[in-house]
Amino acid sequence: MADDGTGVWVYAVVGGGRYGDELPAGVAAERVRTIEAAGLTAVVGTVGLDDFGEAALRRNLEDLDWLETTARTHDAVVGAVARNADTVPLRLATVCADDEQVRALLAESRRDFEAALRQIAGRAEWGVRAIADTTAPPAPDVGTDAPGGAGARYLARRRAELSSRDDIERALAAEAESVHTTLLRLAAMGRRQSPTAPALAGTREWMPLNGTYLVDRDRAREFADAVASLDRDHERLRLELTGPWPPYSFTGIERDSGRESP
Amino acid sequence: MTMPPDENRERRVALVDLLDRVLAGGVVIAGDVTLAIADVDLVQVSLRTLVSSVRALPALDAVSAPSEQATDG
Repeated sequence: MADDGTGVWVYAVVGGGRYGDELPAGVAAERVRTIEAAGLTAVVGTVGLDDFGEAALRRNLEDLDWLETTARTHDAVVGAVARNADTVPLRLATVCADDEQVRALLAESRRDFEAALRQIAGRAEWGVRAIADTTAPPAPDVGTDAPGGAGARYLARRRAELSSRDDIERALAAEAESVHTTLLRLAAMGRRQSPTAPALAGTREWMPLNGTYLVDRDRAREFADAVASLDRDHERLRLELTGPWPPYSFTGIERDSGRESP
Repeated sequence: MTMPPDENRERRVALVDLLDRVLAGGVVIAGDVTLAIADVDLVQVSLRTLVSSVRALPALDAVSAPSEQATDG
């Protein structure tokens, strides 16, 4: 730990080339700078441990306003670097004690960074969400002369509603799977992530696809056109494209098993 | 919230998209060179933070188990 009450926040690692002559200010409003070692360049900023030390981070991460501001600022720096160079983002809140530790980090993880750089070279990440309309069509009319009276008629109608809702969801899930398969053909890599919970998204809509894809930069237009075309073809799905993102979701082998272990 | 519902929804969705990536993605450095915060499960932290910011929680169960199916290739 540095004695001067500061740490070094690491935004991203680049292999070389041109990167951000004019980067935005960092998470502590600090000037963003670079540290080179092992043939790699880390994009970093000096931050105060009062706000970005271990205890402070644990507290601040629970504050949504702080988290949102910090995440957006981190992303702005990483995005600015990624516009000019192949960029491997680091997980939010990677803080080293000092510059020497950053150099050690680059040296120790050189192979991982190089592998990640090869994977994302010339590519960007794009997100595609499918939002579904699961409104059931009107239940079939079982008729007022059906036997059994009002209670039985109600149950019959309810059963019909539920089964038609099941059918709709199954059909929409299949459509979403087909969208994902089509997009994978245009992407270098892709994966389905767990859908954003309706509560978090502030909506009750169903999300049968929350995909993210690593796409060659020179195929970005083709990918976006494909999303637009799939959106037109699937009447009951609304496709939403986000990006380009720095390749956050495609930075290494640790993600292949779902969750990384230390 | 003072924002119109649509704008609020858009902002929230955009934030969730971002947090999904900066908290669950990116290279994780484990070891002696970083502060111990790297060991904290940031996804759980952010979900707790987000959830506590949402008044109505009809789908909390879906939130509590963030899992992913990798389909690389």
